[in-house]
Amino acid sequence: MESAKYVSQKVSKARWRPVSSSFLQQPEIFATGSWDNEENKISIWSVGNYENSGLEDGFEGDPQLICENKHDGDVLGLQFLDQERIVTASSTGAVTIFRHHHNSQTISVSQQWVKAHHYPCDNAPCTAVVCSSPEIITVGEDGRIIVLRADQDCMAQVIENADSSTIHAVTYLRTTEILTVNSIGQIKLWDLRQQSNSASQILSLSGDRVPLYCIDRHPNQQHIVATGGQDGMLCMWDVRQGSMPSSLMEAHSAEMWEVHFHPTNPDHLFTCSEDGSLLHWETSSHSDMPSFLQGSRNSSVTSRSAMALAGGNQSLISAWLNGDSSKSRLETTHMLPSQTLSVNSLDVLGQCLVCGTDGEAIFINKQVPV
Amino acid sequence: MEEVDVEPVVTNISGIRPGKRMGFAWGPGDILVYETQNKASGPTGSGCAFIHVVRKDEDIYSPILRKLFNESHHIFVGLQTIKDDLPSKSKKPQFVSISRNYRSVIRACMEELQQAAVSANDTDMATQYGNQVSILLAIELIWNLCEVLFIDAAPAGSLLLHLLDWVRLHKSDVDEKAKGVLQSDSPAEHRDYWDVVCAVKTLLDHLFNPCSLNNMFFPDRLQWEISFFAFCVFQVLSYVLQGRLEDTRKMLMKQAMLQPAAKSMYKLMDSLLSKMPFYNPGGTQTLTEFDVKWRNWHEEVDRYLKDNSFASNQHLEVICKILLGDEDVLLEHKELLSTWYYFLITRLLYCHPTVKPTELHYYAQSSMMMFLDSGVPEPLDSILLAAFEFDIHQVIKDCSFGSNLREFLLLEYASGLFTHHSLWQCAVDYFDHCPEFGRVYLELQIERVPLDTERKALKVLRICEERQMSEQVRSICKIMAMRAVRNNRLGSALSWSIRAKDAAFATLISERFLQDYCAKGTFSDLDLIDNLGSTMLLSDRLTFLGKYREFHKLYGEKCFSDAAKLLLSLMTAKIAPQSFWMTLLTDALPLLEQKEVIFSAEQTYELMYCLEELTSSLITAASGSGRPMQEEDVEVTKVEMLRLALARNLASAIVKEGTMQT
Repeated sequence: MESAKYVSQKVSKARWRPVSSSFLQQPEIFATGSWDNEENKISIWSVGNYENSGLEDGFEGDPQLICENKHDGDVLGLQFLDQERIVTASSTGAVTIFRHHHNSQTISVSQQWVKAHHYPCDNAPCTAVVCSSPEIITVGEDGRIIVLRADQDCMAQVIENADSSTIHAVTYLRTTEILTVNSIGQIKLWDLRQQSNSASQILSLSGDRVPLYCIDRHPNQQHIVATGGQDGMLCMWDVRQGSMPSSLMEAHSAEMWEVHFHPTNPDHLFTCSEDGSLLHWETSSHSDMPSFLQGSRNSSVTSRSAMALAGGNQSLISAWLNGDSSKSRLETTHMLPSQTLSVNSLDVLGQCLVCGTDGEAIFINKQVPV
Repeated sequence: MEEVDVEPVVTNISGIRPGKRMGFAWGPGDILVYETQNKASGPTGSGCAFIHVVRKDEDIYSPILRKLFNESHHIFVGLQTIKDDLPSKSKKPQFVSISRNYRSVIRACMEELQQAAVSANDTDMATQYGNQVSILLAIELIWNLCEVLFIDAAPAGSLLLHLLDWVRLHKSDVDEKAKGVLQSDSPAEHRDYWDVVCAVKTLLDHLFNPCSLNNMFFPDRLQWEISFFAFCVFQVLSYVLQGRLEDTRKMLMKQAMLQPAAKSMYKLMDSLLSKMPFYNPGGTQTLTEFDVKWRNWHEEVDRYLKDNSFASNQHLEVICKILLGDEDVLLEHKELLSTWYYFLITRLLYCHPTVKPTELHYYAQSSMMMFLDSGVPEPLDSILLAAFEFDIHQVIKDCSFGSNLREFLLLEYASGLFTHHSLWQCAVDYFDHCPEFGRVYLELQIERVPLDTERKALKVLRICEERQMSEQVRSICKIMAMRAVRNNRLGSALSWSIRAKDAAFATLISERFLQDYCAKGTFSDLDLIDNLGSTMLLSDRLTFLGKYREFHKLYGEKCFSDAAKLLLSLMTAKIAPQSFWMTLLTDALPLLEQKEVIFSAEQTYELMYCLEELTSSLITAASGSGRPMQEEDVEVTKVEMLRLALARNLASAIVKEGTMQT
């Protein structure tokens, strides 16, 4: 990990701007949101080469601030809608679309739903946002799920009382299905086509009510879902099979704030936590292939896969779901040199990783071994 | 009254009209000031409607200095963790490197402030940045000295070398500019060169009278060469004073080329300079051997001075006197030395190179007196002097702050950070390392952190839970639970009270759920109530809520006998509050009315007993309160219906149980 860039604000969210082409291009631009500041900000940064821009000390790797705009309330959620637009979730309950004007390198508010999330007579923080242009889905402490459409001022769909406790995170399972996690340790599956106020499926660790704070879906195998929560454990779920997690892995010593599968190489997974650490998880999926697909491998791996074959017809099940039994095949690496204050957010794209901390620092790694 | 060290600074509050009275209230890091009415004169005219926030420490709000707070926090935490698991021998280099880390962070911050000062459009801002730079400069200067004296604690011999490094590092930027000039082939074309020349003009006037300048031989009387020569003279002196003898020799060579007639004299000086012994702490030479060598060299220089070897060249003679540590000559170059501590180090270098740490204070004090003459020492001078006197231990002992100066300072610093809306998180780690009062401070401060979002509440909770601050955990959860109740989010409220294990509050919320059920006939927040698990044991009422919901589930799933057993046990085990018994008995009605017998004879007796107990207590309660007749009628009919149903069920149960036995 390269050294810290101190930014004089606690970073609550950091996201890479999606790379436009299908080439193996590395991302250069990312956005951050701050929290707990007198005036919070959304900022756009670049880690690209600045040979032409005239910045004297813009050595590679050190992020340079391109532009920023003030943000009402803490930034609790942040996603790129497309190359130019960024959606944020605010502690005031507002959902805002910012537009990053590439020509003038400025950023401004282009659309806003003030108090999208609210209590009868108070603000309710909007806790997370997920989007698939033009659709935006937000969740909040008020237990609502709101479906918005960019360029449409009214709300497309609202699920009132979707949850009796706070919804902390949301992700797409399929185009019309979403997953939410809440304060009492449940994953809820929602089918947005059914205009219903109840979840179509609830998954939880029975007897355990450990709050869940983050969720991410495997990019290729859509039934595999990873979550993290208050106890810092990494949970893998198979949404097709029952309501129990497939595996539980000890990860952090405090709240896990975010979990992300690598978007193009899902054998890699990244988690960050209140304990100040950022973990890189790697599972070797090769050993899960049937032996005839494996080619030459060392004997220990082959024997393990032979056992997997003997154990039934599970050879193609992702290694992520094997959990405890496959610990030997799971490698974790700490990505930050030392741990102090919380790592609130991370994002990984290509070989590039960005994370933001309560120590008011941003870390960039442009050589993630994936 | 205690004496104050420094006269307090007067801050005028611009919003308060002159001649008006002020009221104020203390805050943790600031005070609130407002205009008040004079009581005697009565309410005349309108008062000013503003409240002014006056902050004690504005620096904490500077975005650039915030980086310093964050980075130093990071170093501090690192330092505290390595402290214990190292043998004391390897600790010192660790500490020194950490101290250097701190200083490099301060320096980086200083540079950024300097840049900000240069690029500031507003002169006020530029001055503010400038002030911050000078504060950081002083901090770094003091720190560096303390690092040499206390952390590195260098012994005699190496002590002076470290002190030399110290003054050199803090020598003004003239050196930087001179370096540029020296490396350039044609110095006159160098921009900085002329800056330096201007800077030394005053000095030259002082050093040489015009006639002595004229007496010197110049091959070409071009203006730039004269100034180049002057520049060399200046530079040589400043190098000698810093003990940078290699640089001095290089510079003298350049000078010698301008004065070929004095070549031999320059050569002699060059050899003296090259021979000056320096102590090598890593070498095999002992301190005594070095001392002998140095004395021989000193005597040799003294000889050359006495036999007037340099008498014809005033400049070289001055250098020679400096090499001998002539205090009067040194003091003539106050402008070059700029500070008393620079004078001190130069004096030590050429008079007492083997100075011991314990002797330092004597030289420091006398140097300061000589240098300042009758001037008054500034606060920075006093601090440095105190350091030279190795006063820190004395300060700790004499301090009125209690037994522990370190803790006092940490507490002060952390309390300052805690008042900051964002840096409060850093303060927590500082409090952790104050064994005596840190926890009390943290306990008092953490309750005052505003909790705007659950996310923030969770972070504060984590801090409290990690430190077993159960009182604060309860209070935070209660705040969050109360807020949730206010916003009609019973599920959230219950989650918070479960987290705090706050039985009383859980009971209160369970009560609200039951009331809601009685009013609406359905449960809200089923996702929560259905998943209480073992947490329902937190309070009786919560257990009842969970079990009662379980009854409804069983009933819905048509597991009638299980449902009946559960319902009965809710009353017999006294889990259900008596106020709810009527509802439970009413819930039993449809079970009693089922075709097949669900309640056994024994269970029916128990139900009857419950009903009787309830009605007797109802009668005693009703006699006191004048309940409306209508309501009472409804109750009476309900009881009658129940009695009838129970009797019928008992009959069929007896029949059924009798037939089964035979």
